[in-house]
Amino acid sequence: MEIRENTISILVKNKPDVMARIAGTFSGRGFNIETIAVNVTEDPQVSKIIMTVWGNQDTITKIEKQLNKMVDVLQVDDLTGKDAVRREMMLIRVEMPSGEGGRLMQTIDTCKGKVVSSEGNYWIIEVTGDRETIEKALAALKPFGLDDLTRTGTVALARQNDKVRR
Amino acid sequence: MLTGSQVLFKILEQENVDTIFGYPGGAVMDIYDELARHDIKHILVRHEQGAIHAADGYARASGKVGVCLVTSGPGATNTVTGIANAYMDSIPVVVFTGQVSTALIGNDAFQEVDITGITRPCTKHNFLVRSVNDLGRIVKEAFHIARSGRPGPVLVDLPKDVIQGLTDDATLAYPLSFSEDAIEPIEAKCAEALPLIREAKRPLIISGGGILLGKAWNELSALAKNLNCPVTSSLMGLGGFPGTDPLWLGMPGMHGTYYANMAISHCDLLIAVGVRFDDRVTSKVEAFAPHAKIVHIDIDPVSIDKTIKAHVSIVGDCKPILQLLNQWLANDKTARSGEQTQAWLEEIARWKKKEPLDYGSGEKIKPQFVIEKLYELTKGRAIIATEVGQNQMWTAQFYKFDEPNSFISSGGLGTMGFGLPAAIGAQMAFPDKLVVDIAGDGSIQMNIQEMATAVQYNIPVKIIILNNGFLGMVRQWQEMFYNKHYSQTTMNFAPDFVKLAEAYGAKGLRATRTEEVESVLKEGLAAPGPVMIDIRVEPEEGVYPMVKPGFPLTEMSLVNKTA
Repeated sequence: MEIRENTISILVKNKPDVMARIAGTFSGRGFNIETIAVNVTEDPQVSKIIMTVWGNQDTITKIEKQLNKMVDVLQVDDLTGKDAVRREMMLIRVEMPSGEGGRLMQTIDTCKGKVVSSEGNYWIIEVTGDRETIEKALAALKPFGLDDLTRTGTVALARQNDKVRR
Repeated sequence: MLTGSQVLFKILEQENVDTIFGYPGGAVMDIYDELARHDIKHILVRHEQGAIHAADGYARASGKVGVCLVTSGPGATNTVTGIANAYMDSIPVVVFTGQVSTALIGNDAFQEVDITGITRPCTKHNFLVRSVNDLGRIVKEAFHIARSGRPGPVLVDLPKDVIQGLTDDATLAYPLSFSEDAIEPIEAKCAEALPLIREAKRPLIISGGGILLGKAWNELSALAKNLNCPVTSSLMGLGGFPGTDPLWLGMPGMHGTYYANMAISHCDLLIAVGVRFDDRVTSKVEAFAPHAKIVHIDIDPVSIDKTIKAHVSIVGDCKPILQLLNQWLANDKTARSGEQTQAWLEEIARWKKKEPLDYGSGEKIKPQFVIEKLYELTKGRAIIATEVGQNQMWTAQFYKFDEPNSFISSGGLGTMGFGLPAAIGAQMAFPDKLVVDIAGDGSIQMNIQEMATAVQYNIPVKIIILNNGFLGMVRQWQEMFYNKHYSQTTMNFAPDFVKLAEAYGAKGLRATRTEEVESVLKEGLAAPGPVMIDIRVEPEEGVYPMVKPGFPLTEMSLVNKTA
């Protein structure tokens, strides 16, 4: 069976130990979390977690079943095969070499990034997009003197509602 | 206004809890203070592991939720093995642990431990109660979660200030705050299974603990009769189908019978009910039931396709599922007759004749003989708990369990030291039944302190120690796989179990020769109060048949070399 990156969307109760439970289930059952993004939904008692996980369909089915068993998990959706919008965000700090400003601005434009901070020689550039966009931006910006970076996990939303929400 | 302790007991009473197994300590003193004002029995164990195993044994014997109460810190951590044990075997228990006051949590306070963190992977769910206003609802939910669906242990951590706190919530009526899992309709899936069942000429039923948890033993028997189909069951399922029934094949797997393993390997349909295909049952997965279509019925979707792929899976409570199948099959007499399986049953009868469960005779007492004698003397009507190892396997092989919930044994986790406290728990559930713990000289010493509990409350469990001076099962593996290098398995320094029993105030008996076994057992079983019987058995007796781990079920070592 094909090993691929899978995107799982999990609605959970917004409680302090929920993340520990989910992470524990993954580590205890030998599944590896690639990326994770979590925040509260429009209902403050419910959070949504988007996880990306490498594995074949068998693994993903097992993960879904384990998650569905958990008392604090309200709903699990596999977005992998679905038409969904996927986004990551990267903040990248570069130490500007003198005289490179113009070329850097050009590169930022090509990467669809924007400068969100410029303190002294340090610029922070924000890039949002799918995984490929982020990887390309990283490769393009790196030569300017990468100082540090931080990336979010993938967030994803199916383009159409094909499920009745519980 | 009610205190947290009062709320706790109100809910325990709502849940019809009649017995608590526990051990007090600083963090739970308010609960113990309140205990005296209620009718609930409390059994003071001698170690918290004893409390959780006793609650587990109580639950297995009675089918009700077992309850255990311990203090914070070491009191809580001492229950972890027992919680994991209940989790592996899907036993409904609720564990109440004390906790330091909420203001102190996280400060490494005296006897503080993150018990919800520690037990997250081995509980069905756990709660840290942060406010006395949540207490009643959480305790109610804990009982519901423990017994619903696939049952399991639930831990409720009770900070001292929550227990001491006051709440004006006097209604004590709590609707569940979570939605129940939607139950899949079973009809379509059963209809899918039906043609497979109709056509099968070599069907086999393999049942597990789910039959007992789902109280579906009558439906299981009816299905076997309807199909004229042989039945085998995992260790956890023993007692779910009568051990004296002609269709019974005994346990399969590593120490299963020759004919059960042959039947699995040659059947054309395997109906698996409430069984999770543990590796001790399947051995080499790729060689398991190679000719069979598999119909897997289980309440937990996680069990389906976990190790063995099902052709048809039916997720749900096994009782209504079996009822529906039976109903359809009963209205279907023309399509299927009992004769359809005649040739298959004859083949199995030949296997039974070729390689029956057997053991030789020798100078020393054969442990299997002790189990057979016990069966004879109790007529199969006792509740039998076991420890773990050879004693457990011989019991599973040679005692014919006719009644559900009469076999109390640590299946999944394989916890030595389980048997004695579990027997105490079972006896509390059925004070008038004969309850026996079959032990080894190794495992009995793991929770032997509970002898004091048995004597204090006059809980008349009978302990039979198959004393071989070895950690027998590990020794057997060393014999087979490590060139008889008996590294650290010789346990020839043991207490004098007769004197030990007497020191506790129990009766102690001993048999050293085969001729003595019957009379010693008779005397021990008839005596009032707890009895410990030390039986000196053949030291290097092995458990056979044995399928080496990772081998196909057809490749069994059948010979007992010491025979």
